[in-house]
Amino acid sequence: MKAIDVRNLVKRFGDKTVVDHVTLSVEEGEISGFLGPNGSGKTTTIRVMCGLLTPDEGEGTVLGYDLHADQLKIKRQVGYMTQKFSFYTDLTIEENLFFVARLYGLSPTRSYVRDTLDKLGLTSRRHQLAGLLSGGWKQRLALAACIMHKPKLLLLDEPTAGVDPKARREFWDEIHDLAADGMTVMVSTHYMDEAERCHRINYIAYGKLLTSGTVEEVVAEAGLHTFILSGKGSQSAARMLANQQGVDQIAPFGNSLHVVGKNKTLLEQAVRKASQEFDIRCEPGQTTLEDVFIQYMTGSTDNMAEPASESK
Amino acid sequence: MNHFFSFTRLFALLAKEMTQMMRDRITFGMMIGIPLVQLALFGFAINTDPKQLPSALVTTSQDQFTRAIVSALEVTGYYRFDYVGIPESQADELMQEGRVSFVVTIPSDFSKRVLRGDEPQILIEADASDPAASSGAVSTLATVAKQAFERELGKNQNEASSVDIVVHRRYNPEGISQYNIVPGLLGVILQLVMVMMTAMALTREVERGTMENLLAMPATPFEIMLGKILPYLAVGAVQVIIILVAAKLVFHVPFVGSIWLLIAGILIFISSLVLIGYFISTVAGSQMQAMQMSFFFFLPSLMLSGFMFPFKGMPHWAQMIGEIFPLTHFLRIVRGVMLKGADLEAMRTPMLALIGFTILLIIFSLARFRKTLD
Repeated sequence: MKAIDVRNLVKRFGDKTVVDHVTLSVEEGEISGFLGPNGSGKTTTIRVMCGLLTPDEGEGTVLGYDLHADQLKIKRQVGYMTQKFSFYTDLTIEENLFFVARLYGLSPTRSYVRDTLDKLGLTSRRHQLAGLLSGGWKQRLALAACIMHKPKLLLLDEPTAGVDPKARREFWDEIHDLAADGMTVMVSTHYMDEAERCHRINYIAYGKLLTSGTVEEVVAEAGLHTFILSGKGSQSAARMLANQQGVDQIAPFGNSLHVVGKNKTLLEQAVRKASQEFDIRCEPGQTTLEDVFIQYMTGSTDNMAEPASESK
Repeated sequence: MNHFFSFTRLFALLAKEMTQMMRDRITFGMMIGIPLVQLALFGFAINTDPKQLPSALVTTSQDQFTRAIVSALEVTGYYRFDYVGIPESQADELMQEGRVSFVVTIPSDFSKRVLRGDEPQILIEADASDPAASSGAVSTLATVAKQAFERELGKNQNEASSVDIVVHRRYNPEGISQYNIVPGLLGVILQLVMVMMTAMALTREVERGTMENLLAMPATPFEIMLGKILPYLAVGAVQVIIILVAAKLVFHVPFVGSIWLLIAGILIFISSLVLIGYFISTVAGSQMQAMQMSFFFFLPSLMLSGFMFPFKGMPHWAQMIGEIFPLTHFLRIVRGVMLKGADLEAMRTPMLALIGFTILLIIFSLARFRKTLD
């Protein structure tokens, strides 16, 4: 059984289509990454999956429950960690956990809370107000509260925004542990290194799902070619290459230049020319996930923008 | 586990709400402080029936009838004769300057006419620029004056009752405004705190983003609503006790009706208030907006409910608007039960009106809540 299996999901707010015919499936025990620019509909899609929003069109199941009819059943078996810290800052850590445990009807409540506090290492600080915790600790508390009822599906909406690298690393270790125990995880993120930690990724832009698969599949499917120019004159080369045919992206990385294009022949001509003219080294490089996403982003149109010509 | 209602979940919500309420010291203090401050202000400071108003007496004679009337007027407590035996022109000036509220003129042939059996006249000019201030004093005049010289003429009280001037102030013969204001305050304070607190408590969840989390967990709209409403009902109950105790011990307001009938009225009234607050919270986008909307609701209901101004004194259209506020109906109940000893039969209309409001508001709120999910 698939943990998430939805087809042609559509969600509109007023006359804006925020989620536009998205078809998505996630296998059980898989960590599925959800990527896309800001405002692309990631949060809305996640809210539909956890039963917070009813889709306007489309159907499907989450954990085998119907998206339209069984929202309450879905809620009970899904853990949803919101983008913003959404536990009570004016309650203590322990009170927050008690609240969640009672809402899910976890019994005996006290032992669930005690175990969670122990696992978090927050037993000694349990009487501290949640609002006084640092960003990293808030995130750990939120995750602990979300998995206290042992959900089968965990939905994480940009969980690591504003968290330091070490905490991020630990967070991901925990996500992999949970997945190894059979939990399905869907996580939205902006970080490419996090995307590469997922089993599969889905890329959504302006409400439309553009691609999905493993990182390798997504990169290969994009059909992009990359050359790396390195040397002293790379800045001038960048200016020259900017309006050359076949060059889609130029990204400076320190003293080197990352040049990406779809048409291999044109791209190669352009970079060879630049390499001779500015006397810099040129070699074929590895296309990264980031290159692929930038390519998708520039290629898709923003459906949120006002159609200026029509309205005037 | 029940899908639509579970006591465990409701308990979780209640415990959470109570903890938050207690922890927010300022707000919690306000809930207890507001009734006390309002009681002190309205109960002690505001008096719609002022006494000891400065007066002037214009007279040339100092006979027994004049003295009798002057002392009778002073005994009512409304008049304080600061100027006695001054000429008419000076009295005019005094009133114009606002130094006196009343000018009593007793003509020089007054006692002669009394003895002759003619109808003697006394002119009493009242500064009516503040009608509320003078109305009480004016209304006592006729009886006072009549009784005064009837006593002087040796007639007894029984005969006097056959005379057609009758001033009858029921329920509050001494005209003590606290009797009217303190029970009214019960309604006003409950309204102020209940509506605003409930509206803000729910908006806070939305504003801080905790609502999203709450909805993602298995709590039903009904449970969330109850979880928000019940704690504030409890706060309302505490306020009711404070006010009723103060009414009895501090202001000595009589309580002639049934306490159970009053409690029933209060319960329905508080429910409707909390629901209004809840309804506001489903419309308002922020706590600030919720507060503004609460005040938008609060002010007209205060003005038109009959708390500030006599309900029957308002034009018809204003009375019609007044009828749409639960406070209006509650004031009828609380004054009726406390001061007049009204029974359920007499209070049926306002009771039914309050129940109607409550049912309507429950329907509205639940309908609004479903919408806010999407």
